[in-house]
Amino acid sequence: MHTRATRRAFGTLTVAAVMTLAACGGGTTSSSGGSSSSGQQIGGNVTVWAVWSGTEQKDFQAVLDGFKTKTGVTAQFQSKGDQLPTVLGTAVTGGAPPDVAILPQPGLLHDLVKKGALKPIDSFVGDVLTSQYASVWKKLASDAGKLYGVYFKAANKSTVWYNVKTLTDAGITSPPATYDDMLKDMSTLQQAGTTPFAMCGGSGWTLTDWFENVYLRVAGVAKYNALAAHSIPWTDPTVTTTFQTLAKIFGNDANMVGGKAGAVSTPFPDCVSQAFGPAPKAAMVYEADFVGTVIPTVNKSLQAKSGYDFFPFPSINGSPAEVSAGGDVAVMFKDTPQSEALLKYLASPDAGSIWAHLGGFTSPNTQVSLSVYPDDISRTAAKAVIDAGDNVAYDMSDQAPAAFGGTIGSGEWADLQNWVRNPTDISGTETKLEAAAVAAYGH
Amino acid sequence: MGPAALLLGAIVVYPTVATVARSLYDDSGNFIAAGNYKTLFGTADILVAIRNNAIWVIVFPSLVTFLGLVFAVLTERIRWSTAFKTIVFMPMAISLFATGVIWRIVYETDPNRGVINAAVGTVADVIHPPGMYALPNIRPISGLTGTAEGGMVSKNAVDAGHALQLGLTGIPLSAVPPAAQAAQAPSPVAGAVTGEVWRDFSPGGHVGVIDPGEKGLPGMRLNLVSADGHTAATTVSGNNGAFRFDGVSGGSYHLALDAANFRQPFGGVNWLGVQSLTPVSGLGTTGQALLAIPLADLSAIVAMLWMWSGFAMVIIGAGLAALNREVLEAARMDGASELQTFRFVTFPLLRPVLIVVFITMIINVLKIFDIILSLIPDSSQQQANVIALEMYRVGFTSFTGKGLASAIAVFLFLLVIPVIALNVRRIRE
Repeated sequence: MHTRATRRAFGTLTVAAVMTLAACGGGTTSSSGGSSSSGQQIGGNVTVWAVWSGTEQKDFQAVLDGFKTKTGVTAQFQSKGDQLPTVLGTAVTGGAPPDVAILPQPGLLHDLVKKGALKPIDSFVGDVLTSQYASVWKKLASDAGKLYGVYFKAANKSTVWYNVKTLTDAGITSPPATYDDMLKDMSTLQQAGTTPFAMCGGSGWTLTDWFENVYLRVAGVAKYNALAAHSIPWTDPTVTTTFQTLAKIFGNDANMVGGKAGAVSTPFPDCVSQAFGPAPKAAMVYEADFVGTVIPTVNKSLQAKSGYDFFPFPSINGSPAEVSAGGDVAVMFKDTPQSEALLKYLASPDAGSIWAHLGGFTSPNTQVSLSVYPDDISRTAAKAVIDAGDNVAYDMSDQAPAAFGGTIGSGEWADLQNWVRNPTDISGTETKLEAAAVAAYGH
Repeated sequence: MGPAALLLGAIVVYPTVATVARSLYDDSGNFIAAGNYKTLFGTADILVAIRNNAIWVIVFPSLVTFLGLVFAVLTERIRWSTAFKTIVFMPMAISLFATGVIWRIVYETDPNRGVINAAVGTVADVIHPPGMYALPNIRPISGLTGTAEGGMVSKNAVDAGHALQLGLTGIPLSAVPPAAQAAQAPSPVAGAVTGEVWRDFSPGGHVGVIDPGEKGLPGMRLNLVSADGHTAATTVSGNNGAFRFDGVSGGSYHLALDAANFRQPFGGVNWLGVQSLTPVSGLGTTGQALLAIPLADLSAIVAMLWMWSGFAMVIIGAGLAALNREVLEAARMDGASELQTFRFVTFPLLRPVLIVVFITMIINVLKIFDIILSLIPDSSQQQANVIALEMYRVGFTSFTGKGLASAIAVFLFLLVIPVIALNVRRIRE
């Protein structure tokens, strides 16, 4: 459930950032969009629902304004917040869905396809997705071989954020590249009197992200996707190895602010304050790229690069550069020319460039120039997503049914929190995870 | 009658029937008869929610009725009764959700934030003052081992003429007192035990070696312990971390860093945590989940009492005011003590009112929802879950699960019915 956190994170971005929009307006993009038809002035209306509110809503409105300029179509946006799945479900049942919706979880896309609510979009954006996106994005948005969605927004979830001063004070000059290096640096930090990590385990979804990053590196993309689909059980030996690897960090109270009890009771974004606040208690926080937008809100005097930075989640046993990602997928409920034009537009580099320039956004479209990103940190995070290509693994808990991967106090969130309380209980945790997965996936 | 029946049908009867019907279908709309009910009673999370509701029903209504009775009787006798009643009743003006938010802060673990832990901490820190080096991750480098009491002791015996180097790590620069001076290697002195205690960390430095720039640790309390465990001498390190025990006679000693140096301040009780109030070791996973009653349950009940005692007090107070004073006077005239009057006259006369409060509270806690949602942190919600909250989670936070959520709603409805029936019967009487 990266959406909840993202929204909170971006809600605090300055309005000033939005003001710079006019300068951009898609002018920086190439003409290789391959979407000449979306340039026609067709006019009319289209309704769009998404979870975005606050600054994210304003930024997305800028994208829709660009759409209006290009096609003459007025897009009416409605923010549905966390209630989007419920509201969509009711609207579909009641026969009055919006024209287009942008879904925060791919699981929802499959649910809607099962209900027969979505229109396939292969015929008019299939080519663009093939030529401008890594194939993983097209696969994620497909059901039974048919394409139903366009991944418009991505999030890099393989970023470990660190307070630069805490590392240099401990004599660590370059961030670790491997997990073993990271463990070594953590023990150096401990000797220097700095707690290595501020954990955000009070928010269950941060623990699923930890698990997924380690699992991806321990087991590889193929196994990762198999576990995400629950075609291998949670009692698989690779899961055990993952927990053992995680326990090297979570098993030691000295690695985390407040020990195990602190790790499991500190929610996101309190953990960010612990590491980046005026009196930092820890050196590092692991969470997705949106941490970069939270840090300035907890400590205005900390500068990007010199004060805080991130390193890619380290490699384990020589695993290649892999990125765990989240994303928002645009789907179509009614096949009007206006809806088709909007989906084509969202797939184009024009749309992605507008928001990318405003910040807090990563486009999975390879044709969005890295130069449009507002700063080095967001550029590096975006580059990692593009460079990983098909080694992008989509957030596993977001792919899972919500009952397993997205509910407070049950399923994966609660099981991982209970594991953090007692990290030696690996087999018990696996049994509970497997039981919860069987119940939620139905197989 | 016609419009009323229509309204009732539209907003009560139809949804009830539709929910019961919905509970017999799965997500894809297939009829599965009692399938959802089987899931309901076969899922540990839901059983925990049912158990917690049971705890609430057993504990809360009697406690709140008792407190309301005590307040009502007492306020009859005190001078500032109106002021007292107003204050006790005031939490009723706050929404349950806000009550949860307020008590979440009251229960904060960090004594700098939560008022309960701050109060406990103030007392605890006076009784056990925290040490100068109260750092959770402070570690000895070499030659020392930790003791059970939280201090450190030298591994090898020391005797006169020894010079000890005691390096410690896990000390942030900010925790080194400003008066600290550069550490210096100690030199042996005949007839004395000398040494140096210092922060053994500098970037690129060597472990166990006093590197340039490393500072001594002043104010460290050190004990010279004789072979029979007696403390023979005590000293405190100087600004450069150096220490010296003079006049050490023969025999061998151990050097100890007093546990008081490292004693932690009161860290706060995690009132909203999942520590079990009942012993569950030795039980299986499911048994533990079902029988481990978390501390958070109790804390939530206390917050709820804060809110509802005022209500109970006012209702019972009204009943008290309506009592026939002549009967009470007669009892007193007959020589009954205050307690006897209460026990044998007031209490029986008040019974109907007490039962009304009691039953209202049972209904109140059966459908308890918002205080758990707002008070209990995410990481404790599995253990402190209740039925209504589980229904919300299953049915309304995702696209699926409407059938199971309906089954939970029906189950909750069935639980409330006998209580309501009881209430209706009482009202008829």
